Amino acid sequence: MAKVLVFTETTGDSVKSVTLEILGKLAGHDIDVCAIGDIPAEGTKKLAEYGAANVHTLKGSGLDNYSPEGYANALQGFISSNGYDFVFAGSTSLGKDLFPRVAGMFDAGMVSEVTNFLFEGDNFSGTRPLFAGKCLAKVTVQGPKPHFVTVRPNALGLPDTPSAGAGNAADASVDPGTMRAIVKEIIKGASEKVDLTEANVIVSGGRAMKNAENFKILDELAETIGATVGASRAAVDSGYAPHAMQVGQTGKTVAPSLYIACGISGAIQHLAGMRTSKIIVAINTDPDAPIFTKADYGIVGDLFQVVPAMTKEFKALLG
Amino acid sequence: MNIFVCIKQVPDTETKITPNDDGSFIETNSIKWIMNPYDEFAVEQALLHKAAAGDSTVTVVRVGGVKDSEALRTAMAMGADEAILVEAEDNLDSYCTAKALKLAIEKSGKTPDLILTGKQAIDDDCLQVPQLLAQMLELPSVSVVVGFEANGNKLTLKREIEGGAIEVYEVDTPCVVACNKGLNSPRYASLPGIMKAKKKPLTQHSLADLGITDADRRVVYSDFQLPPEKPPGKKFEAMDEGQVDSVVKEVIGLLRNEAKVI
Repeated sequence: MAKVLVFTETTGDSVKSVTLEILGKLAGHDIDVCAIGDIPAEGTKKLAEYGAANVHTLKGSGLDNYSPEGYANALQGFISSNGYDFVFAGSTSLGKDLFPRVAGMFDAGMVSEVTNFLFEGDNFSGTRPLFAGKCLAKVTVQGPKPHFVTVRPNALGLPDTPSAGAGNAADASVDPGTMRAIVKEIIKGASEKVDLTEANVIVSGGRAMKNAENFKILDELAETIGATVGASRAAVDSGYAPHAMQVGQTGKTVAPSLYIACGISGAIQHLAGMRTSKIIVAINTDPDAPIFTKADYGIVGDLFQVVPAMTKEFKALLG
Repeated sequence: MNIFVCIKQVPDTETKITPNDDGSFIETNSIKWIMNPYDEFAVEQALLHKAAAGDSTVTVVRVGGVKDSEALRTAMAMGADEAILVEAEDNLDSYCTAKALKLAIEKSGKTPDLILTGKQAIDDDCLQVPQLLAQMLELPSVSVVVGFEANGNKLTLKREIEGGAIEVYEVDTPCVVACNKGLNSPRYASLPGIMKAKKKPLTQHSLADLGITDADRRVVYSDFQLPPEKPPGKKFEAMDEGQVDSVVKEVIGLLRNEAKVI
């Protein structure tokens, strides 16, 4: 039984779902969770439900906004004083930036963005896609402990029957040390929805959207089914959508339960970003579009007819 | 001012990838290599910064295989002044790569004022090297950067976070900046640039020269394999407007009852 720390981030009144996915997969180990700053009560409850023995909230001055160095120093101090074998986090925007720095502080190895993992005794091995998802490989860590692992959101899924932990909540004071790169301002994004990389359902538009204005039919469908809207590189390069919405090799890598590709041909560079989606629906007028080879359900048709019809049907169903 | 740009050479997106016979890596013989697309933004930013700051040297550093090593020449053809190549196997892990970059930069005798990298390499997608390198050099870092403004040694950097939101950072050089698409428009190498690049200095080291050994490896890959083939999906014809409603009804029914995702 390995001693494991899972770093979590809060969202709204709870914690990010990827943390619960990781906890579910770690069942049977000695698991603590930590966050920088407060965790909402609902979040602490969920963490206990999914197996956290202790839930630590790390408090220090100057940590209201993310700080690469401040967060790393805080986490390093906490890990050192508690002696963990493994430290996990979701491969989120923050996790991706923070973890390599903390791993570096321990001269320790880190595995990025696994889509699955297992323990044989205390030995970790993970699976991760490489080369735009054209290959999968097994990955292990050696050298000084703790070993660091980030996990792709939505890849593991939530356990059907989580095994609960004590969920003892405790504050710990941490020293953020010297912070040289300082966040002065946060400019809000266009979307308040769940980020693409963590979205459970995504509706994406390609070049066939024809213009930015037409994306509103995708927004309506997304609104109905609680999805986040994405775009292909062709749509982004044509100026129909901002780069923050791009799914693909030079955009976001996503793994939702449902991916609805509207007017996207399915270039390799797009498939690279969404091929690990569980269910793919493709809508395209070209019956030979490569996207259909990856689609679970393909609709050969005009997205301007099909998408509004889907919105209408979902509205009727979901009320 | 000493500006360093760390670049990687990666297989072209369109290249077919096949695991090698013992599954320890991929077959690299027939691969077309390109400069990692995100690194082009880093090279461009270095050249823009040099043009604005004046009296600077842009040094590109690459760790990797030496076969078909064109990425450094490409960067010099774009305008970088000199290059350092650390010869290493193509499947080096992020820790060794960052350590090799650190040691190569130190060995150059130039104290870095600014280090630019791509935000990630599109072959292993680890997103570790910029932050690791910064940590090893005890420098601050900002990643996924889409905005870069310099005022003397003060940088204002925009980092893209979730939902397209932006964190605006202030940081003094020296620091590490990992660049994202959208930061700038990388220039093409001109013909005179390509000719000049051939004469620009390229220093080569081995990992052993830098004192990096097998004991430095932290992450081990094995069992490279192709992802499982997806069974063919169901395809519905709805080009005729009259078919749309019934096809949509059927697909949504399948999403609910067969796929159980709605």
